[in-house]
Amino acid sequence: MTRVFVPRDAAALALGADAVAAALAPHATVVRTGSRGLFWLEPMIEVETPQGRTAYGPVEAADIPALLTSGVLTGGAHPKRLGRPEEIPFLARQTRLTFARCGVVDPLSPGDYEAQGGWAGLRRALEIGPAATLAEVTASGLRGRGGAGFPTGIKWKTTADAAGARKYVVCNADEGDSGTYADRMLLEGDPFALIEGMAIAAYAVGASAGYVYTRSEYPHAIATFDAALRIARDAGLLGRDVLGAGFAFDITQRVGAGAYICGEETSLLESLEGRRGQVRAKPPLPAHKGLFGMPTVVNNLITLATVPTILASGAQAYHDLGMGRSRGTMPIQLAGNLRFAGLFEAGFGLTLGELVHDIGGGTRSGRPVRAVQVGGPLGAYFPPALFDTRFDYESFAARDGMIGHGGVVVFDDTVDLARQARFAMEFCAAESCGKCTPCRIGSVRGQEVIDRVLAGTEVDANLELLRDLCETMRFGSLCALGGFIPYPVLSAMNHFPEDFRPSARAAAA
Amino acid sequence: MPSYEAWNEARAREIIARERDGEGTTLPILHALQAVFGCVPAQAVPLMAEALNLSRAELHGIVSFYHEFRRVPPGRHVLRLCRAEACQSVGADALGAHARARLDVDWHGTSADGAVTLEPVFCLGLCACGPAALLDGQPLARLDPAKLDAALEAAG
Repeated sequence: MTRVFVPRDAAALALGADAVAAALAPHATVVRTGSRGLFWLEPMIEVETPQGRTAYGPVEAADIPALLTSGVLTGGAHPKRLGRPEEIPFLARQTRLTFARCGVVDPLSPGDYEAQGGWAGLRRALEIGPAATLAEVTASGLRGRGGAGFPTGIKWKTTADAAGARKYVVCNADEGDSGTYADRMLLEGDPFALIEGMAIAAYAVGASAGYVYTRSEYPHAIATFDAALRIARDAGLLGRDVLGAGFAFDITQRVGAGAYICGEETSLLESLEGRRGQVRAKPPLPAHKGLFGMPTVVNNLITLATVPTILASGAQAYHDLGMGRSRGTMPIQLAGNLRFAGLFEAGFGLTLGELVHDIGGGTRSGRPVRAVQVGGPLGAYFPPALFDTRFDYESFAARDGMIGHGGVVVFDDTVDLARQARFAMEFCAAESCGKCTPCRIGSVRGQEVIDRVLAGTEVDANLELLRDLCETMRFGSLCALGGFIPYPVLSAMNHFPEDFRPSARAAAA
Repeated sequence: MPSYEAWNEARAREIIARERDGEGTTLPILHALQAVFGCVPAQAVPLMAEALNLSRAELHGIVSFYHEFRRVPPGRHVLRLCRAEACQSVGADALGAHARARLDVDWHGTSADGAVTLEPVFCLGLCACGPAALLDGQPLARLDPAKLDAALEAAG
């Protein structure tokens, strides 16, 4: 029977992919894949034809009889026919390296993984040795994709050089930033890439055990990754003798429990050790004293999953992409009120305006774009006047923003930025670990001050107080939660001052 | 529909013994207890503290730190509605207000008939097709009040 690929990504499931798969099952061999990340077209199905794959979408179960009549199984014409998936403009404009296989392969088929270039990176690492592997990652210019942007090669070198009875590789899959879903997509769509990336990291630094800390809000990702770990162990890809190279490494998945702060690396380590997820003061760096006091590499999931392609294709090929000090590609996650919201992996350097308008197609509501929050709940709100900002670490930092984990959340003109600023403080108060005073107390006071502004009480004095408070939090907090929550607040005040004025608020109401 | 077991000390001890192997296993034990009992029962805390060689106060500090661990079992269905920014940009605030009014509860509350517990969640990774929710672990996307009502009615 003809093979038809139907996503099992959580977003596709939310849009009815299981019912589509069930309706197709009597007529075709249904293969479940991850998502290509074109969410306005999900569920997007792909039919295998002699000319390659033909995509249709968005498909509902109710469409299947008509699609079958139109000859869907041979790529027949139908209003929902999209043609070759690689030629859909949204995909054709991308450079998919980290996400090359996502949405293409059966995520739990080691055969698919290998046929699509899997294990080539680890094989090359084992061939060239740990020091050369490390040098390759350093030369690629890869930086931490969790948001901090720290050079991965330097982090690994520090861990490799540290003395310890044992070493760990920890993957941060606690993807808590609103507007981000790349970790989830990869866990659900190409989990072996993470396993391979972690094995390469372990080999380079001399670690024998790995942990993946996945957030509990991702039940489907957790299940897929657990299954992938079992398959990898059975196939000798993890365990005492990885790929028969005499190198021992295994991975355990741990599930978080709804604490945003556990995405902070030291808090994550505390949680892995079984304690409250409270931030640790640095130094010591995790690379010196990390999990259970041992030298530990803590990397974001996307960082680790990008390593195999760097090793397989060479550092130079990766370094050739991007701009400035931001090398390679970034899986940008277009989200919120956007027509064409989805995963867009491309070299650094696109402007925010290109992402929102040319690629994202403007708002889903059809109203004008008013603000874009980049980098999650700790990221700044940018107005259209700053849409010429290029998507790279330094360009956003230069405008008091950050790219974070690559989430881009678009708001139309109904957004109230004073409310968004209040939400930032409310979120920080709820998620603060409580260890340092600026974050624990400052976020509560911040809500109160914004409430007074919203009520029109001594607005100028309270806005000045709010700026002062943001200053204290920014420079006095122990970690990025309290330290960066001023970004959404200050950017809202600076770029959208009218939203904080009671006269303007009254006129709008 | 999830169903939970009533408190049973022997069962709790068995879960703790099964999950405690390995490094830093506090969270795996707590998740396993909640999967069986629907919450982390107060009676389980001293048993766990003993098994892990922690004080009860320390363990209480851990359980209460994490938003996800409940003190009492939830209703027959759990609706986890996203309240984060990407969903806000497409109407999550209004949807949250609708859910609270329909169920006549505040966040974390359970409707009077015991049918639904409403929990806020800050991001489900469904940010390209919000507003999003998990109903008994099943993802829902592009929700509006009518779609949410239909999903709740179908769940019963």
